[in-house]
Amino acid sequence: MTLIQIFLFAALALLAGRFYKVVNRNWLLFVASVLAVFWLQPASAIRNLFFFLPCLSLSLAALVWALTLPRDVRFSSADRRAVALLVGLVLLLSATRYFEPLCCLTASRPPQIELVAFLLALITGFVFILYRLGRSRNWLLNLSVLLILVVFIVLKSEPVALRVSVGLRSLGGQDPQLASSLDIGWLGFSYIAFRLIHTLRDRLAGRLPRVSLRDFVTYIVFFPALTAGPIDRIERFQGDLQRNFTLQSDQIFSAGRRLVTGLLMKFVLADALAFFALNSINAVQTQSSIWMWLLLLAFSFRLFFDFAGYTQIAIGLGMLFGILLPENFNRPYLQPNLTAFWNSWHITLAQWFRSYYFNPLTRFLRIRNLPVWLIILFAQLSTMALIGLWHGLTWNFLAWGIWHGGGLFVHNQWAQFTKTRSIVRNPKLSLSFGIVATFAFVTLGWVWFALPQPADAFRVFRILFGIAA
Amino acid sequence: MEAQNISLARLLFKAALIFLLCNLLFVTFHPTSALGRLTLYNWLLPGRERLPYGDDPPRAYNLNLYGLEAMFASHKLSGAEKTAGEFRVLIVGDSSVWGFLLENKDTLTAALNLAGLQTPDGRKAVFYNLGHPTISLTKDLMILDYAMRYEPDFILWFVTLEAFPNVKQISSPLVQNNPERIGNLIRQYDLSIDPHSPEFKPADFWERTLIGQRRNLADLLRLQLYGLMWAATGIDAFIPETIELRAVDLESNEDYYGQQPPILNDDELALDVIQAGLARAGEVPVLIVNEPIFVSSGANSDVRYNSFYPRWVYDGYREMLRSLASANGWNYADLWQTADNAEFTNTPIHLTPRGTLELAQALMAVLGDQYQLHPIP
Repeated sequence: MTLIQIFLFAALALLAGRFYKVVNRNWLLFVASVLAVFWLQPASAIRNLFFFLPCLSLSLAALVWALTLPRDVRFSSADRRAVALLVGLVLLLSATRYFEPLCCLTASRPPQIELVAFLLALITGFVFILYRLGRSRNWLLNLSVLLILVVFIVLKSEPVALRVSVGLRSLGGQDPQLASSLDIGWLGFSYIAFRLIHTLRDRLAGRLPRVSLRDFVTYIVFFPALTAGPIDRIERFQGDLQRNFTLQSDQIFSAGRRLVTGLLMKFVLADALAFFALNSINAVQTQSSIWMWLLLLAFSFRLFFDFAGYTQIAIGLGMLFGILLPENFNRPYLQPNLTAFWNSWHITLAQWFRSYYFNPLTRFLRIRNLPVWLIILFAQLSTMALIGLWHGLTWNFLAWGIWHGGGLFVHNQWAQFTKTRSIVRNPKLSLSFGIVATFAFVTLGWVWFALPQPADAFRVFRILFGIAA
Repeated sequence: MEAQNISLARLLFKAALIFLLCNLLFVTFHPTSALGRLTLYNWLLPGRERLPYGDDPPRAYNLNLYGLEAMFASHKLSGAEKTAGEFRVLIVGDSSVWGFLLENKDTLTAALNLAGLQTPDGRKAVFYNLGHPTISLTKDLMILDYAMRYEPDFILWFVTLEAFPNVKQISSPLVQNNPERIGNLIRQYDLSIDPHSPEFKPADFWERTLIGQRRNLADLLRLQLYGLMWAATGIDAFIPETIELRAVDLESNEDYYGQQPPILNDDELALDVIQAGLARAGEVPVLIVNEPIFVSSGANSDVRYNSFYPRWVYDGYREMLRSLASANGWNYADLWQTADNAEFTNTPIHLTPRGTLELAQALMAVLGDQYQLHPIP
């Protein structure tokens, strides 16, 4: 989100807050979220992709909603209204191609309305078929999870994304020679995917509450959290939607504090640190150990301020609309050990992986009577490797994940070892040492994260520790 | 105070009022120039070897600025205290002096400093690069005017004909964005430049507000932040791996800014700016150096030396400068053919490191002969 977009969202919230007696907040959030998906989506070199990717986000939300409906639930009149509004909004956006001044909501001129109408008819028909035949069928729910993961792999893998770009360019009559893996910048798909998988898995487990199409779509593409999270849980989000909300001055001040903090963190601190944060270019140019440490520290804090700042902004905007998004960061660089770090860094992502991967995996391994240490080692390494690969299917992110998985395992074993022995004599000193050691471990781990080539990472490690090549 | 007791409308009103006041104060005191002197360079960070300039800031760790205060504050000249043993030499000129497509270690200034020259009384010659990559004598004059506060003992002013035409004087963005400074020079030295030219970009009321100055203020901050990478890497210029070389085959056109052969009309040239520069230097000796140019042997090389100059105009310029120097007692060195033709890069005036060394050697011969600046034995 740009500064202008953030200010406009905040202004919309303040304005809408004065009219909640006549305007239904939930419908407003639905409309705003749908429009924001198109507004926030950046332009793409592939023709019309800037329009079809948001359409796909909304279609996925509608399809998964139909799939996860309990079998005994019928389409309500509110759901019909939501379908009509959703289709109407997309058609309206498409129609702005004929009204030049209105085109500013999308990154470029939308495609022809006939094409959009045809695709919408197809998707609506598909949603209806799923509603009639596929509701809460386990094999379809599992297949959907698999398909979402496939899309995820396509987007996160550079060579595959490049092939898709070549295919899409050929399809649209564009030069495939100019294809790039960056062509398919699907805004917010990572977070959309997490939310969709969460609802699919919870339906499989029988935990998913009945959610209207309006609330479901709003949850999936809620604009403050679309680009960088946090990953909320649907039952909590729905609770906020069902609560009566009027915008009070204390909420405005709390939200304002969040927004100002977030803007300062993101647009002042993070953006300033970006000037000299470690990257693949300056990693090669810098020869001095001291300067390399400085670049690495800059990267470490830049990442935190950027991400935590965005979260503050998302939470602040959410508050203005009466949605209390979950916290995502809690002083991560002041944690005494790596486990505590992962309970305070990108909290909602770690919780998601704990709920849908780590816990099921350890349960599965436990019943096979494997040694506990082996279960922990495998579960932690694979969980962190997956979290690493979520950032991109590359060796450096895998290495970063294994670095943390290994660190978590070592900490786990150390904690087990010290539980029955009184090794720590000075708790304050131990705490201080723990904070410094954890910060150093996490910061050194960012070397893998910052540099796409492992060879560059090894070189940086050598310079950091003054080891000659 | 409890949040509930605060009126949002009053808070917004007060914030707007404070914001308005800040803007008005900014317009009144116009502190951007003064803020340019606040710098991390020369105390926390090493001063830059050359003035800030960068077309690709993220890769060059350098950027284009228009405020001389900030530009000089980041230069090592500002932090260099002059000692009794220093013979301070400032080198003024265009991109060939600045070292376009050259690393700092390969610039003319670096070559001269490496040579370790000294005066007969034992003072060590220290050369400072004050080149700036735009071609305009007026731009050079403005830099020279500012640099006089650093007590130079000697000034090397590198020129080429392209810096002389009257129409080129205000074409440099550095000149266009310093209308007050140029206005003062016009008044002081009675220059034939139109102070009301539309090319000048004086800031209007809105551009002088805090909001209007946001870009300039951000640039000041960026200059400091890029300084960290300059300190870490020593890089202040982006040099691409491949460049398009200067043209060898030339057009047959003999026109030069509207002038036609065979006689060069010196009314069209800003010779008064040279006079002003010499007057501004006062007692400090100035050596005007005609810098090397590429001499093509390709198509139409019988009518043109290169893409910049038709032969007739450049020959006329050299003759004019020689006779003016002779008539007015200017110190002048014509080094137009002191670099091998193979050592020119993307333009007819930019040199490779090797070509720069050749130029430095030719210049050192002049400095030795005329000013007794010889390498320390």
